Amino acid sequence: MLELEGVDAGYKDLQVLWGVSLRVGEGELVALVGPNGAGKTTTLRIISGLLKPTAGSVRFLGRPLDKEPAHRIVEMGIAQVPEGGRVFTGMSVQENLELGAFTGRARKEKEQTMKWVYQLFPRLEERKGQRAGTLSGGERQMLAIGRALMAKPRLLLLDEPSFGLAPILVEQMFEMIAEINRQGVAVLLVEQNVRAALELAQRAYVIENGRIVGEGSGDALLSFESVRSAYLG
Amino acid sequence: MSTTMVAQSLASGILVGALYGLAAVGLSLVFGVTKILNVSHGELLMLGGYTSFWLFTLMGVDPFAGIPLSMFALVIIGLIVYQLLFSRLIKLPTEDKIRTSLLVGFGLGLVLQNVALRLWTADNRGITPSYAGAALTILGVRLPYVRVASLVIAFVFLVALQLFLQKTYTGKAIRATAQDWEAATLMGINVYRVYLLSFVLGTALAGAAGTLVAVGYSVEPVMGLHWTLKALIVLVMGGIGSIAGTLVGGLILGVTESAAAVWISGNYRHVVGLVIFILVLLVRPQGLFGAKEG
Ligand SMILES: Nc1ncnc2c1ncn2[C@@H]1O[C@H](COP(=O)(O)OP(=O)(O)O)[C@@H](O)[C@H]1O
Ligand SMILES: [Mg+2]
Repeated sequence: MLELEGVDAGYKDLQVLWGVSLRVGEGELVALVGPNGAGKTTTLRIISGLLKPTAGSVRFLGRPLDKEPAHRIVEMGIAQVPEGGRVFTGMSVQENLELGAFTGRARKEKEQTMKWVYQLFPRLEERKGQRAGTLSGGERQMLAIGRALMAKPRLLLLDEPSFGLAPILVEQMFEMIAEINRQGVAVLLVEQNVRAALELAQRAYVIENGRIVGEGSGDALLSFESVRSAYLG
Repeated sequence: MSTTMVAQSLASGILVGALYGLAAVGLSLVFGVTKILNVSHGELLMLGGYTSFWLFTLMGVDPFAGIPLSMFALVIIGLIVYQLLFSRLIKLPTEDKIRTSLLVGFGLGLVLQNVALRLWTADNRGITPSYAGAALTILGVRLPYVRVASLVIAFVFLVALQLFLQKTYTGKAIRATAQDWEAATLMGINVYRVYLLSFVLGTALAGAAGTLVAVGYSVEPVMGLHWTLKALIVLVMGGIGSIAGTLVGGLILGVTESAAAVWISGNYRHVVGLVIFILVLLVRPQGLFGAKEG
């Protein structure tokens, strides 16, 4: 469904990604793990179109994304939960969700999708009139995910959804992600929490210094020696 | 000093203050959303005033009925100015964008001022429909009808804008873009269209404000800087992104100026605004560019 082929990318004079290739299949849950500064967020920004590659290609459902503006890519079926959630703190929970369904296709089904999101995150329904800025860290992260789901994506990009959450919440968060994936949404999950991510994912990629250095099933990577020593202690 | 005089100065202050608020809200909207600080806002307001002046003197259009026309004229001018000049800055990082837009706006202001000088001469122009001199007198306080009507219209515009931003999908997209344009993009919002829309909305509001200034007071080619300055002072007082704050800021500025004119001297009328400006910046050191929605 999603294919990156030999993608180079960077910021101004700094090249960050070097020939990155990766694939996410229909309905798959794929993890992308690696140390801080490896280029995970940059990879997600390439997919969602916030950043354009300097070489290589990005295709989604057979269509090239390289030339599409970011707001069109959302309409095509890719939603990104950015690092830290970045909810609209000055607006209510419900307004945040409404904005998630901004594109034409999603807007028509807004009411039903919102019911689904409230089912997944009952906490958000309890707080729907509250300003997003008053939510706790965990609730904000839920809102960020719910807001992305409002776009009715076929592929969900998650950038460190467990970052800064208490251990019990992390576990709940991973269960939620598995549940969303079971309901048919493909997921590309970026995580610092490598063990949990590899346990959850069907397949995973390891990225270091902007290069993909490992690829395989989650289980295989869990037993992969260099991964063990680098990330699992 | 009589109580009537005090009441009169208070009333005059409120009447002009509403226009300060309306002038500021356009500038504030554009700055809050696009981070363009358009210091030619006062000149755009002036063009709104002259548009109504022409409509009235050449075609006999009533100034209040002509408000939609002067707004439309300013939408067209806004589109041209944005596409020609400000759209080129739109992708700059915020700090650079503020700085560059200041220079561009200043240059544009000078150009517009000279255009006005050619088209309308340096004379002070007013719009004088048959009802221009009529006034309501309450307990000796004189309230010209046109200024009272202007206050009501300014208030209606601010309420309408507030409702638009709060209730409509487009309004929400504008607020989202103002807060975090990247996150807004990830919602599928074309932020570049939002920037254009906000800019043009700002110039349309300048058009409306210009008409009200022309009918209640007067217009002249050099008025632009004066109105930009008032709008900036109100912006600093009211905070960016708060329409209610902008209105209150405008009223406070108007009343303070009138009070200064009565109690100190007419010469100090325009100085107090600057004093308030400096005081607010001292008390809120994050100042104009540090204001954030929590
Ligand atoms: N906006 C930016 N401008 C310049 N350099 C950046 C920017 N964002 C990230 N980088 C650099 O790109 C590299 C990869 O960053 P990132 O993709 O955020 O890594 P990760 O998400 O894996 O921690 C880092 O060296 C970082 O400093
Ligand atoms: Mg990152």
